[in-house]
Amino acid sequence: MKPETLLYPTPKGLYCEKGGFYIDPVQPVERALITHGHADHARAGHTHVLATRETLDIMRIRYGEAFCVSTQEAVLGVRTSIGDVTVSFHPAGHVLGSAQITVEASGMRIVVSGDYKRRRDPTCLPFEPVPCDVFITEATFGLPVFHHPDDQGEIAKLLTSLRQFPERAHLVGAYALGKAQRIIALLREAGYDDPIFIHGALTKLCDYYESEGLNLGDIRPATLAQGDKQSFAGAVVIGPPSAFADKWARRFPDPVSIFASGWMLVRQRAKQRGVELPMIISDHCDWPELTETINEIKPGEVWVTHGREEALVRWCELQGIAARPLHLVGYDDEGE
Amino acid sequence: MRAFAELLDRLVLTPQRNAKIKMMTDYFRASPDPDRGYALAAIAGTLTLKTVKPNVLRQLVLERMDEVLFRYSYDYVGDLAETISLVWEKPADEETSVSDLSLGAVMHQLETAGRANVHGLVRDLLDQLQGSSRFAFLKLITGGLRIGVSARLVKQALADMGNVDITEIETLWHGLSPPYTALFRWLDGKADKPELDMPAVFHAVMLATPVGDNDLAALDPKDFAAEWKWDGIRVQLANLAGTRRLYSRSGDDISGAFPDILEAADFEGIIDGELLVGGTMRTNNATRTFSDLQQRLNRKTVTRKMLEDYPAFIRGYDLLFSGRRDIRPESFLIRRAELSVLIEKAAPSHFDLSPLVPFSSWEELDRLRADPPDPVIEGIMLKRLDSPYTSGRSKGPWFKWKREPYNVDAVLMYAQRGHGKRSSYYSDFTFGVWTQSDGKNILVPVGKAYFGFTDAELEVLDRYVRNNTIERFGPVRSIRAEADHGFVVEVAFEGINVSTRHKSGVAMRFPRISRLRTDKLPRDADRLETLLAMIGGPDVDRTGTGEPI
Repeated sequence: MKPETLLYPTPKGLYCEKGGFYIDPVQPVERALITHGHADHARAGHTHVLATRETLDIMRIRYGEAFCVSTQEAVLGVRTSIGDVTVSFHPAGHVLGSAQITVEASGMRIVVSGDYKRRRDPTCLPFEPVPCDVFITEATFGLPVFHHPDDQGEIAKLLTSLRQFPERAHLVGAYALGKAQRIIALLREAGYDDPIFIHGALTKLCDYYESEGLNLGDIRPATLAQGDKQSFAGAVVIGPPSAFADKWARRFPDPVSIFASGWMLVRQRAKQRGVELPMIISDHCDWPELTETINEIKPGEVWVTHGREEALVRWCELQGIAARPLHLVGYDDEGE
Repeated sequence: MRAFAELLDRLVLTPQRNAKIKMMTDYFRASPDPDRGYALAAIAGTLTLKTVKPNVLRQLVLERMDEVLFRYSYDYVGDLAETISLVWEKPADEETSVSDLSLGAVMHQLETAGRANVHGLVRDLLDQLQGSSRFAFLKLITGGLRIGVSARLVKQALADMGNVDITEIETLWHGLSPPYTALFRWLDGKADKPELDMPAVFHAVMLATPVGDNDLAALDPKDFAAEWKWDGIRVQLANLAGTRRLYSRSGDDISGAFPDILEAADFEGIIDGELLVGGTMRTNNATRTFSDLQQRLNRKTVTRKMLEDYPAFIRGYDLLFSGRRDIRPESFLIRRAELSVLIEKAAPSHFDLSPLVPFSSWEELDRLRADPPDPVIEGIMLKRLDSPYTSGRSKGPWFKWKREPYNVDAVLMYAQRGHGKRSSYYSDFTFGVWTQSDGKNILVPVGKAYFGFTDAELEVLDRYVRNNTIERFGPVRSIRAEADHGFVVEVAFEGINVSTRHKSGVAMRFPRISRLRTDKLPRDADRLETLLAMIGGPDVDRTGTGEPI
């Protein structure tokens, strides 16, 4: 059996004809398998959704109870049959609940990684390599320039700035699902015990992470108490990046604009966005992690999707690994 | 190296002046010698290193990397040094060095390497350095730091660090060289102020305060001399013990760009004056405008043709040293008398004396100020006859009394978000005036302004931008601007010149938004012809009441 007959790209997303399901479809479909809760992968309006319990919970939080007609919970590592096809979910290390999806039929196994990373993340389970014939990898940071530095060093930059500018509010732009909670957890690990203020868009997801056993410490809403601007002097405020260009940001005294994203590695990107303190912290693999993962899994073939496909395909060619780009549309770059 | 690299990374992204100073001060306090001295030199532009050509770096990276992957990377990042710093990987079999190579050690290796070994040395250093340090290193050896910090700003950081006045730093500056160990020992309080052995050092200049609303009423015109304030750049020319130097007002050595003046300076002493282009009064030729002078500024060297087309000269204001004698404690009158003797003997093509403006009352002087005899005059200077020459700006001895600015009514066309405190406000505005194009009236952009308005006015402007956006291009918004719907502002500026770089053909100096004209419709705003007519100089109407459309 050729792998292209088991799984192939369509305008709605990756489709498995034998099983009659899509993986992370970008339009409403009858049967959807969802890798993780980010809005570009997990959309509302499908009929049946199969995903991990956490991903289903996150979709419920974001879209309400009626986000689909029926749900089925995927337990990590447990094989489930859908028609003639067997599927299973394995941790992807991207955000809470994120999973790779394995699709098997007639001895052919394809792993759809979804978004993934290899670094330690206190907020989710680590990536688990699964041997396969075809590995479908993301390539968000699929260029040799991307070498994400250690998280601790990036957190230290923030702590240094807090000491250096105690009169200024430190506004950290971070994606609401995953990145924000990871930043908070990393700050707590670094011994930062002060209250951390969050934008309203983060409240439900932070509550959910806490209910799943992650202790985020003293979290408070970033609202003005008696109109006192100075109460945010020297404080860490976390919100979605879009909020900082908004009038919302005016309540803070002389804010330092910070953005936590893998893109912050490129200085011009930071400068264009008016970011003063870039924190290079990503929930995706950097280039060495992408290439090491392929070397570790040793798939017969690599399919590359969303991101900088051409560079990773080129690298695979140089290594003598069969590879092709999938050209799927509808997935966002991290935090953009 | 890491601390220096982090400093550079922070400086380049930090817009606020005070925050930049704080970062530099903290770095200088925390870093050892000679690292901080080399860092200072790199920032102030006094580092002399053999630079490495971009092609050499490209070769080095391609020794280890696929050319196609490098091209993808370079296309994405756009800056060669940054691309190489990001893609560089040391050979897998090499041991990881955990220590942070110091900036001083890197400089030492670069300075002692023979030309033939540079290739290998750069490769080794790239292997030993990490991330940001690699980037800082590449910026150093390619000779372009570009971090938005002027030499003056870093001197202010030094002054803050040692709790001394910036004029002390400026005076010492040209007598010192990297890695500035004696300077830092003094600023740390561990040694006396360094003694200078170079004679023609810069002496911090004396500055004037603006004439305030009621300043003149309390002063007697008889105590003051008046002279024209010329629109060039203030300079200090020193020729002592055979060393000649030309300094800008803030102490930057600009000798390289003005060999004509240095050659003509055959007298000994230090004079304070205005650097201008054109002919001196002694040769009866006209003084040319600031835009002509700009042709000669910010150059390291100058061609023969430039010297002929834009001859530079100094219009003398004051004398600090007469021969080798420091006469700064003498009165203005005595210094001026000596200056006039000196200039009388100096080359007529390159030196003249700033003439005094006779007057008997403030009212008379005000009239003269409004109608000066030369277009290159931007106001009046008032100097107390008995004042000694003191560095810095103290209120009383010297005043500057600028002429009124030009004004036009313009229409807001584009807005961009500001930085720092203003990052949630649209505070940088492009404004335009009307012109005829294909038989239709259209707005053409004539300038940008991001200050002049109050915080309350900024709220009004920001609200207008948000509610009247037509299009967005990244951080820029295009604003609705039609004859009957738009936002008119009064723009004040100091001068206007022909410019080939701007679509409108004009460039303003120091434009700022002086008033919000919510009482006016865009159709009442000024026309480009009005601005073009202002280029002629002071004879034109400065209020910009051209024909509305």
